[in-house]
Amino acid sequence: MEKLTLVQAINLALSEEMERDPGVVVMGEDVGKDGGVFRATLGLLDRFGGERVIDTPLSETGIIGAAIGMAAYGLTPVAEIQFLGFIYSAMEQIISHAARLRTRTKGRYHCPLVIRTPYGGGIHAPEHHSESSEAYFYHTPGIKVVVPSTPSDARGLLKSAIRDPDPVLFLEPARIYRSIKEEMKGDDPIPLGEARIARSGKDITLIAWGAMVHTALKSAEAVKKEGIEAEVIDLRTLYPMDTGKILSSIEKTGRGIVVHEAPLKGGLGGEIAAIIQEKALLYLEAPVLRVAGFNTPIPLPKMEQVYLPSPEKITAAIYQTLRY
Amino acid sequence: MPKKSVGQFNIDFIQILNEAGEADPSLLPHFTEKEIRQFYESMVFARLFDEKALNLQRQGRLGTYASIRGQEAVQIGAGLALQASDWWFPAFRDIGISMMRGLPGKNLFLYWAGDERGNAIPPGQNDFPIAIPVGTHIPHAVGAAWGAKIKKDPIAVLVTFGDGATSKGDFHEGMNMAGVFSLPVVFLCQNNQWAISVPRARQTASQTLAQKAIAYGFPGIQVDGNDIFGMVQTTKEALEKARRGGGPTFIEAVTYRMSDHTTADDASRYRSPEEVKGWEGKDPILRLKIYMEKTKIWTPAFEEEVARNSMNRVLNAVTEYEAMPPVDPGEIFDYVFEKPTPDLIEQKQNLLSPPKE
Repeated sequence: MEKLTLVQAINLALSEEMERDPGVVVMGEDVGKDGGVFRATLGLLDRFGGERVIDTPLSETGIIGAAIGMAAYGLTPVAEIQFLGFIYSAMEQIISHAARLRTRTKGRYHCPLVIRTPYGGGIHAPEHHSESSEAYFYHTPGIKVVVPSTPSDARGLLKSAIRDPDPVLFLEPARIYRSIKEEMKGDDPIPLGEARIARSGKDITLIAWGAMVHTALKSAEAVKKEGIEAEVIDLRTLYPMDTGKILSSIEKTGRGIVVHEAPLKGGLGGEIAAIIQEKALLYLEAPVLRVAGFNTPIPLPKMEQVYLPSPEKITAAIYQTLRY
Repeated sequence: MPKKSVGQFNIDFIQILNEAGEADPSLLPHFTEKEIRQFYESMVFARLFDEKALNLQRQGRLGTYASIRGQEAVQIGAGLALQASDWWFPAFRDIGISMMRGLPGKNLFLYWAGDERGNAIPPGQNDFPIAIPVGTHIPHAVGAAWGAKIKKDPIAVLVTFGDGATSKGDFHEGMNMAGVFSLPVVFLCQNNQWAISVPRARQTASQTLAQKAIAYGFPGIQVDGNDIFGMVQTTKEALEKARRGGGPTFIEAVTYRMSDHTTADDASRYRSPEEVKGWEGKDPILRLKIYMEKTKIWTPAFEEEVARNSMNRVLNAVTEYEAMPPVDPGEIFDYVFEKPTPDLIEQKQNLLSPPKE
């Protein structure tokens, strides 16, 4: 099979799901004629028509709010928010409505809604285009949060997200939309809530998601030269989190580092460190470290690399942990 | 390069039954005596239910409650205009429509007592539960109407909200989409003049709320919201138009919140007794009663029967509400997702059987 980039794999998953289920509707700004600003929805309008591939007004609250109504009515909307940094005006719709609909109606209604949105830095984009605010959503009861880091996973996870009966935020790491090409590993959906061991190792566990998985892998290659075998866990789904894989890795290595682009304070690194100390304290040889963004707004492209975790920053943390 | 007018707009105001109980024969549709009796009985029932809820709250048997007093004609009118297959998205001051839609009275008491079981809409009733955040349910109605259009279901969607909601972005984004995609949705604004303490004039400098529809490319109409005939007729026409594929309509029902915002509010802090008194004369039930007296539809025996039946229904609802068994605490975990996630399972276990020392 032809090798696909991550964004092409998303396009493939969308078309496969639209083919499978006539209730799947793609909606958002520029998703139709333009095929999406990253071309994730390219060709869908021609194939499935304007009733199912909808160019909406520039209206984030309206897109998510209407998608909630559509979902309750029985369709499966896949709404695109052009960049994660533009989702904030729709936060009330997501938190107060999409995520609560099943609970507050005692299951009478539910919200099979997928919100796809590119996220993260490193794409030399203008202000507000590089946000990594997954923690807000992880913190919100009633919504799942998924982040693929490879083309195959993007396809399989998006299929599961679309088939999931509850709202899913599907975060697409824009930085690696086109930088990796791979053959698809099978057609099957990949279950949500299952992490992937991206690299096996016995000395330390690096936990990451999205583009940071590749940054962590680079660091793991770098320390290999010194004989250090780092295990890299790609969480793939942030909520519900596969704590089992994290803990069994920590039990093996005794050391862990969480890597994320999002600001350090209140980020998921703290949550993962808490889970590890609650459930695997006696296995730990060193404190769990966090390599994360600073507590500053993510800078514009000129300073972006200063802010983002790099292989060097992770490598330094690995040595710090091993020396503890 | 001429200067010319490129748009001219007009907003109609409809009143069929005036404050003196006189119906305009040129506007009055044919309502049967039975229908008129139903209008009256439904409004009386809604008012008695509302009064009972306020009493229960004062006795500590109900939580904070938002009274509909004064808005019975809007709500009964809209409730009667809806068909069972239509969908309805309520705000939080809407018990009149809820009851016309068949929601058991016990559900309303449960909800306002802080018991989420009140929000469980019975199967087959196509309504959303009460929306507390102001105006945020408007795009949901638009989405449901969109779903109906995509599925080619010949139904209409009604969404109700107050004057305050017209200041919110959700209202404008929802209205805009409904206009662009010509969706089968009716926006019914109950302009009761007050959003807690902020008067209608502080929400917008627009002369009417109805004219907001013009900007979104569909008709807006103003109706006397205390005129049950006008409300039934206008809402019915708008819903029928939507079902036929004629697109959205915005209805501004001009009415008045006779009560405090909720039982936690004291409206005398911000509005005058004279203003409230002025609206007492426009009461929707009173004016229908005068009309019925004039047309010999009203009799003391009918009044007695209506009062007795309504009170029985209200008291039955109270009995059912108070007889509800307590909620199982573990249930709070059961509807977050279709299948509980591992942490929810763990939290539920820890709550129900805490780990021993």
